Amino acid sequence: MAGSNHRVIGKALRKVDAVAKVTGATRFADDLALPRMLYAKLLRSTQPHARILAIDVTAAARLPGVRAVLTGRDLPIPFGILPVSQDEHALCLDKVRFIGDPVAAVAATSEEIATAAAELIRVDYEPLRTFASAEEAVANAEPRIHDYGDRGNLHKIVDLEFGDVAEAFEHADLVREDLFFFEGNTHLPMEQHAALATYAPDGKLTLWSSTQTPHYVHRALANVLELPPARIRVIATPNGGGFGGKSDPFSHEIAVAKLAMVTGRPVKITLTREEVFYCHRGRHPTLMSIKTGVKRDGSITGMHFKSLLDGGAYGSYGVASTYYTGALQTVTYQVPRYRFQGARAFTNKAPCGPKRGHGTPQPRFALEVHVDKIAEQLGIDPAELRLNTLVPRDSLTANYLRVGSMGLGTCIEKVVQGSEWKKKFRKLPHGRGVGLACSSYISGAGLPIYWNNMPHSGVQLKCDRGGGVTVFCGSTEIGQGSDSILAYIVAEVLGIDPFHIAIVTADTELTPVDLGSYSSRVTLMSGNAALQAAERARELLALHAARRLEIPGDRVVFADGRVFDSRDPDTGMSFAEAVQHAEAAEGTVGTVGSYTPPMSPGKYRGAGVGPSPAYSYSACVAEVDVDPATGIVRVPTIWIAHDLGRAINAAAAIGQVEGSVYMGLGEALMEEMAYRGNRNVVHKIPSLLEYKSPTTLEMCDVVTYLIEDPDPNGPFGAKEVGQGPLLPVMPAVANAVYDAVGVRVDEVPITPEKVLKALRGKGKGEAGRVGPTRFPDIPWPEPVRVPPPWEA
Amino acid sequence: MLTTPFVVNGERVEVAFAPHKTLLEVLREDLGLTGTKHGCELGECGTCTVLLDGLPVLSCLVLGVACANRAIRTVEGMAQPGRLHPLQETFADLGAAQCGYCTPAFLLAAEALIVANPKPSRDDIKDALAGNLCRCTGYIKIYEAVELAAARMRGEAAEPAPETLYGRK
Amino acid sequence: MLRLPAFAYLQPKTLAEAIAMKADAGPSGMYVAVGTDLYPYMKRRHEDPTLVISLMGIPDLRRADDRVVGAGLTLTELAVGPSARPAVVADAARLVSTPLLRNMGTLGGNLCLDTRCNYYNQSYEWRKSIDFCMKKEGHICWVAPSSPRCWAVSSSDIAPVMVAIGAEYRLVGPQGERIVPAARFYHNDGINYLTKQPDEILVDVRLPAPNGWDAAYHKLRRRGSFDFPVLGVAAWIRWDGTEVSDAKIVLGGVASYPQEVPEAGAVLRGVTLGTASIAAAAEAAYRPSKPMDNTDFDLSWRKQMTRVYVARALEELRQRRV
Repeated sequence: MAGSNHRVIGKALRKVDAVAKVTGATRFADDLALPRMLYAKLLRSTQPHARILAIDVTAAARLPGVRAVLTGRDLPIPFGILPVSQDEHALCLDKVRFIGDPVAAVAATSEEIATAAAELIRVDYEPLRTFASAEEAVANAEPRIHDYGDRGNLHKIVDLEFGDVAEAFEHADLVREDLFFFEGNTHLPMEQHAALATYAPDGKLTLWSSTQTPHYVHRALANVLELPPARIRVIATPNGGGFGGKSDPFSHEIAVAKLAMVTGRPVKITLTREEVFYCHRGRHPTLMSIKTGVKRDGSITGMHFKSLLDGGAYGSYGVASTYYTGALQTVTYQVPRYRFQGARAFTNKAPCGPKRGHGTPQPRFALEVHVDKIAEQLGIDPAELRLNTLVPRDSLTANYLRVGSMGLGTCIEKVVQGSEWKKKFRKLPHGRGVGLACSSYISGAGLPIYWNNMPHSGVQLKCDRGGGVTVFCGSTEIGQGSDSILAYIVAEVLGIDPFHIAIVTADTELTPVDLGSYSSRVTLMSGNAALQAAERARELLALHAARRLEIPGDRVVFADGRVFDSRDPDTGMSFAEAVQHAEAAEGTVGTVGSYTPPMSPGKYRGAGVGPSPAYSYSACVAEVDVDPATGIVRVPTIWIAHDLGRAINAAAAIGQVEGSVYMGLGEALMEEMAYRGNRNVVHKIPSLLEYKSPTTLEMCDVVTYLIEDPDPNGPFGAKEVGQGPLLPVMPAVANAVYDAVGVRVDEVPITPEKVLKALRGKGKGEAGRVGPTRFPDIPWPEPVRVPPPWEA
Repeated sequence: MLTTPFVVNGERVEVAFAPHKTLLEVLREDLGLTGTKHGCELGECGTCTVLLDGLPVLSCLVLGVACANRAIRTVEGMAQPGRLHPLQETFADLGAAQCGYCTPAFLLAAEALIVANPKPSRDDIKDALAGNLCRCTGYIKIYEAVELAAARMRGEAAEPAPETLYGRK
Repeated sequence: MLRLPAFAYLQPKTLAEAIAMKADAGPSGMYVAVGTDLYPYMKRRHEDPTLVISLMGIPDLRRADDRVVGAGLTLTELAVGPSARPAVVADAARLVSTPLLRNMGTLGGNLCLDTRCNYYNQSYEWRKSIDFCMKKEGHICWVAPSSPRCWAVSSSDIAPVMVAIGAEYRLVGPQGERIVPAARFYHNDGINYLTKQPDEILVDVRLPAPNGWDAAYHKLRRRGSFDFPVLGVAAWIRWDGTEVSDAKIVLGGVASYPQEVPEAGAVLRGVTLGTASIAAAAEAAYRPSKPMDNTDFDLSWRKQMTRVYVARALEELRQRRV
């Protein structure tokens, strides 16, 4: 961008897969078909919590066209994404834990037959007491949904204290406590999960799947199927949307693999939309308490944050999700002392996990609305208050997160200016309002999911004597543009056309490991790996080009498909010739690159969640119209500034920002994973009609500012942009609703019912607030006490 | 099994399939035209949109047999040899396709709009695309791509606005 | 992928042929226009006809002029109908579902739309999880477990308008033809929600002449497209100068049929439309509006919205008159 002499980086180029996508040529998992392919169907539990007494598959197995029927006994080894939560079975073994839990699998010659056969399977259940909410699970230790976890039906309990927060409150001019609730919601990728498996007669298993994490699926398959990893190949097909919902190994992937082994034929499964709701792994419903002490100028003396997460029926990423609700509260505003208590409960609902922002949108909502209330109470403009308390760049937080680049101040200034905040805040007519909120997110996690010392991302790069370059990387294209990032970075370094680069990704047989498309880690981590591989290739090519041109190596320039002398650009050769010289001298030209994040300074138990090589920052102003007669909230415009370090592709980055705003708007106003309280803990609305995803008619205008504050840890300074911009949207809308009509909806989603209820309450002289009023008693353990860096 | 003649992307084809097969299934499974996607099979998302006699419809709720002798257009029919459709160009250039799964449906719905209304306003575009869900883009790049393609199809030498590609300064 | 169960498919060319086919098939045969309502029910195993009789090849259903509208007209065709036709019909048609669905779905399909309930509009397996409901395979209405009847909701946008403006439906069946006022076409019962017999075909709708009346339709839903009404308000007024000589308020989305609220109409008769009379009519409509907990949104909010939406529909009519 401005001032940069890059030829590729920062430009708004097409993505490398754009033409395939606009011509319908991209092959998603369900687009694949193989000769003799069978279709699989899962039978799912119709009970929310029950022991399986007996399963009778006789009638199903006898149905003409059925080739195999599996139950839990065929796949008895448990799995789970986190080593500490190996609590899932591909097909339930002894017990079902939510409506939708897979119980049996059928492979048949057509999907119709497989469906009919699944309906013929008889399962006898002995119902158990069910738990529909985290509060119920906290209150009742028995019957336990799982026989592991920290206590009763509490999966995980965390208590961390960084300095004496009680004492910090004593030094405050104001101590304010608020309660918030964030309802669960789901990713809703337009593509339903699908997987296709083949098992060759030589004992080799291949699985194509719409997964964001082929590496973890590879590990789960090896473990559950008891096959050597070397005989399993997992290929992640381009994901038709992921957003975190395709980041766990899933039952259907393991089931089709096993069915392919049993039948000796290719087996495909494509989930129905309803089943996608049962896969879930979405946003945890989270109840939160936040208590902060502040000085009159708004500076924080201490903060105490508590969260209670409704985890649903399985562990998934839940331990990490729990820590994440507390970890990033410290990276935006200076918090000298901090206490975090978090608990995750098991309930009889579809399992929660990582959705865009993983565990941080809920606490961010709480924090940003809380800060808005504090600012009002202190009589300080909320933008000013934030600007005055920003975490400095290159600093450590109370919980030992290392902040590097930090462009939040610029972000706030941009949206304040662009939205004409000062003319609007508390000045618009009744019914119209503006709200501000900020946020931060990780650019990949500092630690891997399973403990090891190996790189998080690897790239192999091959230079062809024809001038072509092939980049091999385990990273997975889910629409965010990760394939393109690899091409742009390599093209920039080698001075070639990014569209001359072949990208081979997400294939465990062909590509070096990348941990997956989650935690907003891919641009930074696979980008750094690609950068290293490309720089090594350039070094090699430059050495031989310099010899050929008889110039010193430091004068060799790579640009425009040529390799030439910086002092005399006409003296040079084509990139292909440079490869040929190097190949003639050294043999096949190939390099590797890899990336391992820096060590985190935090050493306490729980310090593994939160560290990141770089944090992105966002600020957002939402303008809303609230109809006081109905409570209906419309959002005409959102201004958002996002500090992404450096835009590798500006247009793609804006696309991520706009998409994040969209998803945040849905969460703010209408999306929720709702369950029937009165009838068997069944998902109320597992359909695209009744789960309300905003259409073109609800989407707001978005004014996007890309703030470039390059981070030394990012490739060309790049940080994440795929998740962070979602976070400030919900609190900005909530704060804007307050500005518009003077009521607080301390819950997400902010539905018309809640707004109207608050307005009615206010009209009767009550507080004008809708939100939780109590945080249950949790049996917190002794806190892990860690003095903050400045007290250590 | 019934043998049904269609005109798919301008070519006459005859296909044999059971009467309960939807047009979606016939296109994807009998004709191998997997560019048409699906997200619910209940008419609740618009992902399976194709043009039937020029009008965008939900192929998951149309029976194949009901399409006898009718003209069907899918995403595979949009590009000419060596030349993308203007909408495909602008969707690619602006990043209106992220994951790309809903893209064929949006392209066809947008094409039908521009044919009927060569100079659609932003609101016309929103209305015409209100039956297609996209979870990636927030629709904005899609609007901009439709506007740019419509302008070019009218013969204007239109280029994307700088803030579309690089954001607001 | 959700797929349809196997069935045979017939495409008659005349009404007589269609009726004969249905008679041959008996209860296992069903008429279909395009199927935007029926096929999802078949995919989720609510309906399992072994024979489906398409009505779209019958020219009678496609006839249309200013006063008569064939049931086979698509909603898109209805939405851009001739200007001499009452605008409220096109307005309501334009508010149905999505542009894609309107290009397919028909007037007849919308008028005969199955009643909806979020305990019912679910897959077979989901319904098994709640032990089914009385509308299909079960015994209880989960919306009102002690109730002897089904409370599924009338979710048509056009039906309340037809009732409000006093349209008439022409049905043809084995016993011949009959004309039914729109109001008598519907029953307040989630299961037997139509007075139409299964072997009768809704052929066309006769609209009243535009002589001194006006009507408006307002729809409440979460999103501006896709969603069925959680409340529809059709307001009809016969003007006598600046005074209301007759009025009808019909609510959709709150009962198993388009519910006329005679109390609200009575309030308006003989008055001028103004803030007070509109508020009184809205209040009169609010009291008998009794939505149940089986659609999107909280039921008490939907009930409260009756007041707001009736007032807004009447306000629109007032504005048009002045």
